[in-house]
Amino acid sequence: MSTLKALTANRLSDGIAVWLGADGGWHESLDEAFVARHEAAVSGLHDAEKVAALDNQVVDVAVIDVEEREGHLYALRLRERIRALGPTVRSDLGKQVEQSARDDDAIAA
Amino acid sequence: MYRYDEFDHAFVRERVDQFRDQVNRRVSGEITEDQFKPLRLMNGVYLQLHAYMLRVAVPYGTLSSRQMRKLAHIARVYDKGYGHFTTRQNIQYNWPKLVDTPTILSELAEVEMHAIQTSGNCIRNVTADHFAGVASDEVADPRPYAEILRQWSSIHPEFSFLPRKFKIALTGADRDRAAIQTHDIGLHLKRDDTGALGFAVYIGGGQGRTPMVAKKIRDFLPENELLAYTTAILRVYNLHGRRDNKYKARIKILVHETGTEELTAQIEAEWAKLKGGDLELPKKDIEAISAYFAMPDLPERSDGWALLAAEKRRDADFSAWVAQNVVAHKHPDYGIVTISLKPIGGIPGDASDEQMERVADIAESLSQDEIRVTHEQNLVLPHVALGDLREVYDRLVEAELATANNNLITDIIACPGLDYCALANARSIPIAQDISRRFGSPARQQQIGELKIKISGCINACGHHHVGHIGILGVEKKGAELYQLTLGGSADNETAIGEIVGRGFEPDKITDAVETVVETYLGLRDNADETFIETYRRVGAQPFKTALYGEPSKAA
Repeated sequence: MSTLKALTANRLSDGIAVWLGADGGWHESLDEAFVARHEAAVSGLHDAEKVAALDNQVVDVAVIDVEEREGHLYALRLRERIRALGPTVRSDLGKQVEQSARDDDAIAA
Repeated sequence: MYRYDEFDHAFVRERVDQFRDQVNRRVSGEITEDQFKPLRLMNGVYLQLHAYMLRVAVPYGTLSSRQMRKLAHIARVYDKGYGHFTTRQNIQYNWPKLVDTPTILSELAEVEMHAIQTSGNCIRNVTADHFAGVASDEVADPRPYAEILRQWSSIHPEFSFLPRKFKIALTGADRDRAAIQTHDIGLHLKRDDTGALGFAVYIGGGQGRTPMVAKKIRDFLPENELLAYTTAILRVYNLHGRRDNKYKARIKILVHETGTEELTAQIEAEWAKLKGGDLELPKKDIEAISAYFAMPDLPERSDGWALLAAEKRRDADFSAWVAQNVVAHKHPDYGIVTISLKPIGGIPGDASDEQMERVADIAESLSQDEIRVTHEQNLVLPHVALGDLREVYDRLVEAELATANNNLITDIIACPGLDYCALANARSIPIAQDISRRFGSPARQQQIGELKIKISGCINACGHHHVGHIGILGVEKKGAELYQLTLGGSADNETAIGEIVGRGFEPDKITDAVETVVETYLGLRDNADETFIETYRRVGAQPFKTALYGEPSKAA
């Protein structure tokens, strides 16, 4: 199987990292990303990348490599993992805070 | 301190209004990102990994308490409660919303600050010795000239679209604390035999992927020719600097490719045309600007000597902090305090909004309302009476700002690296934290003595790794972080680019490698007073390479 792909960007208004979801909207969690699993879907992501670069919702649009690990999406490059979670030196900041709260909720449930 | 006049106020307010309009047009879709990006960069707004980043200029590193309180306020209201002081004497906010940035800039304008020319191919924030005006070894305060350069270079129409960014640094002391030889122009303010003030002029220093030490092109430039000569340098660079390749566009490459002698001849020829013209600085203008930087009226405080001596005897921690973080002021009853932003295991250069408020309060009551930012990512209280040092220390302890490590191995420069920066290939901060914890014991730091570690997360070298006594460069290799070690760099009077010692180290091995280098130094030094860099200059790289990689024949 070829590498799984997702489309990421930063939201124009506040710069927050976002990923394109299956619903066509931009979401704040990598887990909500639409995953392109075959060539046609990857080509669709590249088309979406071109369209997104022209609108006024997001900036710095890029296709990234991901894989599925233990029920979560995992970015293959460290840079993308840091974007998905927040600074590794400030675990109290960024998306990792919400991610950790979600995991805690799941464990509690 | 310099105060804005009506033109400065009007200019900055106008820029804020323009930027607000530009942001509105971008958000509404009226202009594209390609059109908007250069506009936001001209106002210091970058996009990083997690959010936008706003870089605010602190001209020549001098701040008032009121300005520091505003920086704290911005951190608290528009960011996540902290800011990062940089190697350019600036402050960066890591989480501002684009839509808030015009309001942030408007708030900064209230305290005579802005973010203009903190990005782009223009003349950037002019930096200076952080002890300017107070250092006991100083010939004259370089800040009036830095301010003149700031005013002259602000939206200078001829120099707003240079081949690449352009950085100017000044010192007025024989001991260079401003790293002037690593800048595009370095200016050393001094006196000639007649007592007249002028500058030794260096050009073509820089770090990045092609590090170069600046070349001295003039031993004495009379002070009134400062703008004419700087214009001549910029004009030659603007005309001949390469625009075909951004990695070869800095003036250092022009100096290297043209040759220092030939380029100097071109600059001198250009200067000959400008000399004595409109750019000549009238003495009364220099005096008017200098008046803003006059030494405050410091009361005699000779009582402080005995008080200080008694407190030092009473408290070893206080005594160690004074020994490490306080240096002589021009006034014998006063000292210059370096506030370390390098707590053991902390993030170099970061300060919380609360800490900024505390520093502002201390400066207001005990340092003539003045604060400095250093290019080594620390803060300075420039005018503290010796008799007030105890109170300053106690208040810094309360604010967790009293680490006694100035110039020691844990006083590490580190860029934001891959934890924040979109350009980075590897993280810098966790490496700095790990080294800081490894060497955190005060006794061990004292034993090692002065040692400057500088860490960058990419070849752009914002963390100044090329001029670290021990430099660390993070790279990405096969998808993982790897750290190259350089030794023997320095950014002082004998500026030198460090030598890469061999293959890189994995993240969990780099602190061990640093420790090997340090232990090798301790074994090699002639005596406890011989610093790391002195030992390195005496013995060269080989003993360190052998310690790290084995005998040369066995080295990979």
